[in-house]
Amino acid sequence: MGMTDIIPLIVAKYNYWLFVVLMMIGLYAMIAKNNLIKKLVGMNIFQTAIILFYVSIGYKSGATLPIIQNVHEGHGHAAIHAADYINPLPHVLMLTAIVVSVATFGVAMALAVKIYQRYHTLEEDELRMRLSEK
Amino acid sequence: MKFFGFVVVCLVGGLLLYGTADFPDWGDPDSPASTHLSDIYIEHAFEQTQVPNIVTAILADYRGFDTMFETAVIFCAGLACFLLLRDFKERKERFYRHVPTGVILHVKNSKKALRVGRDFEHIDKDWIPSDLIIKTVCRILIPFIQIYALYVVAHGDFSPGGGFQGGVIFGSSLILLAISYDLKILVRRIKEKVLGICAAAGVLVYVGIAAICMPMGKSFLDYSALEMFVFDPHHVRALGMLGVEIGVGIAVAAVMAIIYINIVSEGRHDEGL
Amino acid sequence: MPWQIDMIVLFFVILCAVAAITVKDLLSTAILFGAYSFMMCLLWAVMGAVDVAFTEASVGAGVSTVFFVAAVFRTSRRTKD
Repeated sequence: MGMTDIIPLIVAKYNYWLFVVLMMIGLYAMIAKNNLIKKLVGMNIFQTAIILFYVSIGYKSGATLPIIQNVHEGHGHAAIHAADYINPLPHVLMLTAIVVSVATFGVAMALAVKIYQRYHTLEEDELRMRLSEK
Repeated sequence: MKFFGFVVVCLVGGLLLYGTADFPDWGDPDSPASTHLSDIYIEHAFEQTQVPNIVTAILADYRGFDTMFETAVIFCAGLACFLLLRDFKERKERFYRHVPTGVILHVKNSKKALRVGRDFEHIDKDWIPSDLIIKTVCRILIPFIQIYALYVVAHGDFSPGGGFQGGVIFGSSLILLAISYDLKILVRRIKEKVLGICAAAGVLVYVGIAAICMPMGKSFLDYSALEMFVFDPHHVRALGMLGVEIGVGIAVAAVMAIIYINIVSEGRHDEGL
Repeated sequence: MPWQIDMIVLFFVILCAVAAITVKDLLSTAILFGAYSFMMCLLWAVMGAVDVAFTEASVGAGVSTVFFVAAVFRTSRRTKD
């Protein structure tokens, strides 16, 4: 494969590769980080990576925003071509996912505050120690 | 643990990278995701609903059930925060500041509360003198932010925006009030009970609009049944969507304020950022 | 959209993500996480997902950073890793 073949391949796929990298960062933080809040940040990075993947699936080159244009100019809307507008379906699904993610993030933060009230730490190893003492 | 985690992450990432080889090219108009259902939405959404923003049309009409339960999830998140953190016990220690002299009184174990009036004010444990610039700027900004939030909700049919975004912006204006002044000022202006009722009422508005359609002879969430309630039957679906978006906005704004107040004051609703 | 812009923004997104999980101060994590969300919002705006970008700008960069700071205020800034 020559150099001329590689560049179009990179342009066509680099987006997905970088989402995978982002997802790996989030997953690593969820598994390996010791602090509970860091784990939550990892969870959010993971979430946004997946949302980014969905949104980029809906992207069409050469298309515009999914808002119908020139609707007030008579009956121009008879000729709406699907190829002119970006796929709106992933946007809808992900829009609600973002708002739900902030709500769950709030609940997670409330849990973290509650854990800190009782054990005075958010580090996982110290929490394990406290729990095994009892 | 770290090494093990790294190995797992590399394995998963490698598999996913391998999987991307089968994906359609980025921005390909003929990718499977963009050829079946979404074409129907794009071509028919405007003539069926009279809403130019297709995202809003799908969100509130075609996928109305989905959005209804998302709103219920957000309401549940607010409820969960309340149940986890809310603490109704009175705090034993209190701090007062004598306004003319600046002397701070620390009251321990007193059943009797000092009367807060012109001479004394109630302050937090880690109180710092409030900044005039921040207070003034926020006092000017907050009404504009709230008007903007209302605009975002009302104009969601024609431009980016809608109930979720407008609700979050309205909720963050309340949070800004709490940050720039004092948590007590927010809690005094908007009672906890009012916030709770708003959160529930928002979900109820959504479900109510959806349920009214049934006695009118159409199915649940079919806004065309509401024709006799609106002045402009041609735009009945757009107006139905506006109604549910308002419900979503009320619920989201109230829930954001509830979550913030409960986290920052550890459920005591007396002092915070 | 020119793919170069996309690539630059993606690079900054990954930079912010790595920084947010490696900093040893949770308040810095909060700010970096806000920056990450804002970069993400830019990325969605250039992809044409304006509604999603708007939501992320108000939710991710706004309210969730505030929740984060509130939680750090009530717990501790200290972290071991």
